[in-house]
Amino acid sequence: MATDTRKEKEAAAASPPSNGSGNGNGAAKPYKVIGTRPIRHDGADKVTGRAVYGNDVQLSGMLHGKIVRSPHAHARIKRIDTSAAEKLPGVHAVATAADLPDLKDKWADLGEGRVNLAHLGANVLAHDKALYKGHAVAAVAAVSPHVAEEAAKLIVVEYEPLPSVTWVLDAMKPDAPLLHPDVHTEDMLGQRVSDKPSNSSKYLLFEAGDLEKGFASADVVIEREFKTASVHQGYIEPHVSTALWNHDGHLTVWTVTQGAFTARQQTAELLRIPISQVTVVPCEIGGGFGGKIPVYLEPVCAILSRKSGRPVKMSMTRAEVFEGTGPTPGSFVRVKLGAKKDGRIVAGHAWLAYDAGAYPGGMIGPGCMCVFSCYDIPNYRVEGYDVVLNKPKTAAYRAPGATQAAFAAEQVVDELAEQLKIDPIELRLKNAVKEGAKRVGWPDYPKIGLIETLEATRNHPHYKAPLTGKNRGRGIAAGFWFNIGMKSSASASVNPDGTVTLVEGSTDIGGTRTSIAMQLAETLGIAAEDVHPQVADTDSVGYTDVTGGSRVTFATGLAAYHVGLDIRRQMAERAATLWECSPEDVTFDDGAFKAPATDKDNNKNKSISFKELAGKLHELGAPVIGRASVDPQGPTNGFGTNIVDVEVDPETGKVTILRYTAIQDAGKAIHPSYVEGQMQGGSVQGIGWALNEEYFFDDQNRMRNASYLDYRMPTALDLPMIDTLIVEVPNPAHPYGVRGVGETPIVCPPAAIANAIYHAIGVRLRELPMSPPKVWAAMRR
Amino acid sequence: MTKKAHVSATINGEPVEFLCENRQSLLEVLRDVLQLTGSKEGCNNGNCGACTVLLDGVPVNSCLVLGVEIEGASITTIEGIAEDNRLHPIQQCFLENAALQCGICTPGFIVGAKALLDRKPNPTEHEIRFELAGNLCRCTGYDKIVRAVQDAAKNLQEASA
Repeated sequence: MATDTRKEKEAAAASPPSNGSGNGNGAAKPYKVIGTRPIRHDGADKVTGRAVYGNDVQLSGMLHGKIVRSPHAHARIKRIDTSAAEKLPGVHAVATAADLPDLKDKWADLGEGRVNLAHLGANVLAHDKALYKGHAVAAVAAVSPHVAEEAAKLIVVEYEPLPSVTWVLDAMKPDAPLLHPDVHTEDMLGQRVSDKPSNSSKYLLFEAGDLEKGFASADVVIEREFKTASVHQGYIEPHVSTALWNHDGHLTVWTVTQGAFTARQQTAELLRIPISQVTVVPCEIGGGFGGKIPVYLEPVCAILSRKSGRPVKMSMTRAEVFEGTGPTPGSFVRVKLGAKKDGRIVAGHAWLAYDAGAYPGGMIGPGCMCVFSCYDIPNYRVEGYDVVLNKPKTAAYRAPGATQAAFAAEQVVDELAEQLKIDPIELRLKNAVKEGAKRVGWPDYPKIGLIETLEATRNHPHYKAPLTGKNRGRGIAAGFWFNIGMKSSASASVNPDGTVTLVEGSTDIGGTRTSIAMQLAETLGIAAEDVHPQVADTDSVGYTDVTGGSRVTFATGLAAYHVGLDIRRQMAERAATLWECSPEDVTFDDGAFKAPATDKDNNKNKSISFKELAGKLHELGAPVIGRASVDPQGPTNGFGTNIVDVEVDPETGKVTILRYTAIQDAGKAIHPSYVEGQMQGGSVQGIGWALNEEYFFDDQNRMRNASYLDYRMPTALDLPMIDTLIVEVPNPAHPYGVRGVGETPIVCPPAAIANAIYHAIGVRLRELPMSPPKVWAAMRR
Repeated sequence: MTKKAHVSATINGEPVEFLCENRQSLLEVLRDVLQLTGSKEGCNNGNCGACTVLLDGVPVNSCLVLGVEIEGASITTIEGIAEDNRLHPIQQCFLENAALQCGICTPGFIVGAKALLDRKPNPTEHEIRFELAGNLCRCTGYDKIVRAVQDAAKNLQEASA
């Protein structure tokens, strides 16, 4: 059943809940399931080691693959000689870009915009040039991982090293090493705006009002520049895929992906085979954060399997993950804001350059659209450049593009507050967007919760608590992420014991099986434990977009809600059969189907619980299977704030987080523990980005810290508890009020920590990471 | 290639014999030879702790131990933590505290927490953070993991009182 309001009205039993406190309609009857904290359905598997992750796949006759990667940041590939590797006992197949079909000038829509398949293919196996250290150039499959590793060393690649560039502003210079002779600067309409080929692949411009007049009317104008280093998503599970190209021509891929359907499409498009020839089985996934949306290993495993006639598994090492998969863009951002004495911001100009890595299409769009997203600014200009350079192709990382923008804008807002002698929360409240406000790149805001979130921040005990001691300071920041809708499908069958088996297509990275199942349970008036959710492969569930954009609990949850309505409608028909009445007379309330009393049955009210009726279904007709597919449009708009207290060690420049509070509008928290978990986890990723994490490049532009020892992510010992406060301003576009929550939490931390460091030591840090050497040096400037 | 080595050890209380190449790590032996895939590989160089097992009661990164080194030793993996058909209180507390999101680091944390609570039944928050600093989690920010270990310590103490 598609989302179709006409159909919903047909059956009274399938009407949306008027009892929901979520949508703010009518008298509030409390939810029974939503807002509780059941144990996740896949919990036992995950605490006992039984859950099957990508690397746990074992197939009969399976071979192991290994990728050969470029040691150069930029080089022409002159020759690849695989003969010695092929002769090594135990080797069954080798692959190079020559095994991929010609993808020149082919484009595909992968759900999140059009992708140049030639670029996607060349990233998977380099054609004529290697564009970053770690770029895949060849692959081999052998009887064991060790033999494959030995064989990989026997593949001879002759390179002609070329000049390279890894800093975004350097790559924009006219004399910079050029990565792609066929890439020109295009504007938002796709029109070329550069005569010559350029590393700047895109120029974006958003404008409103009269910028010059706006700044002229301002009492205070502040303009600052900010830089951020590339950081990695850092998921603990390396990429791993297994492919079997069967003798009947069908390709099955077991993989760790945020979207089985997009993995299927990318794999099929790169191999130029019909999608019906590919089945993608999504394994349990050990983290993604946006980085497990592009394919890397899947098509290569497939080629090796086709050539060897056997299943082939490939797993990346940690170094390969750092050097060969998507980091987030390094960035340069200039922000200028003008405000009146009363604190009203009247003009804003932002100029952003984000690197996209080796191929065009980075995160500059959302960066531009998020830089001023918290504030109602009548006159603005936002300009952005998408720039290619010699790093791995960037991938999404939790609110992609927003964190860099907030790091800049939220520090300038903090400076404005200081100069105007206004409390930083008051200044933000004075300019906060609310329903009807205009914004960059999107239609006006619908009902949103920034003001409520800021007020909750101002009233939080952390904000009111005194902070004393030398070199200590408190900072705050606000942040925004869109949270998308996109397509989801689900189906569910009713079991005779009153439980329901739910099949959905959203890879579960953080407990979403449960948050989706809870919405179906609420709709059916049964317990969360009575819904048995499973994530299905691409042959077993309808099309479902990626687990990304903070969309799953919102959109796949919406699908589960409509599955519930569909089940209620069919169950009402069965109850009508039982009672020999019209289905229109059957209502559903409080977990039971009811019909009014009639003469026929001695004026007795008829009522039967969901469970009881389920037990009678076999006597009453066909089995009950509910289904739904949805495609909700527009963002669900998540706002958050952070309060952080830091202490700076003047001897070393090390910043210690003393206290941390994350506050966020979740719309409605379906499973509050997992909402808190998103807020805590995102905060800590943001703390890592703020204080430690960065790609170090040597003078040849090769990454030099591709290990967890040298790329230092936060450990338990680096942190205090992360306090959370969930604000609930229901999203009118969801029956239970859900907004996405996963991404907003990473947006505030670097800015909030920078503001806290300033208030601790009186020095503004405008470059990420704010690592001890940089803080130490800044204190001595 | 040299001949494989024959190794006898105790794994999760059971006597086990296996053959392995000299270069195979204990993690490879557990996962690829013995099909105990609960121990996870996150980095294969001792920095993430996802492969933590107990070697004679001491937590080690199984990726940094060779299979041939465990001759005569007793190994406990995540598969050996639950008691009979019941989850260990640490496992139960991880579930009740929602102390996992993707779950890939969870086996290592649970084994590491077991080693800690066996040795120090009533650890402070700082001690928990210190002892588990060798286990990386990228999803949770550690808050709920620390609370799960605190709860488990409490439950274990109450059970033994």
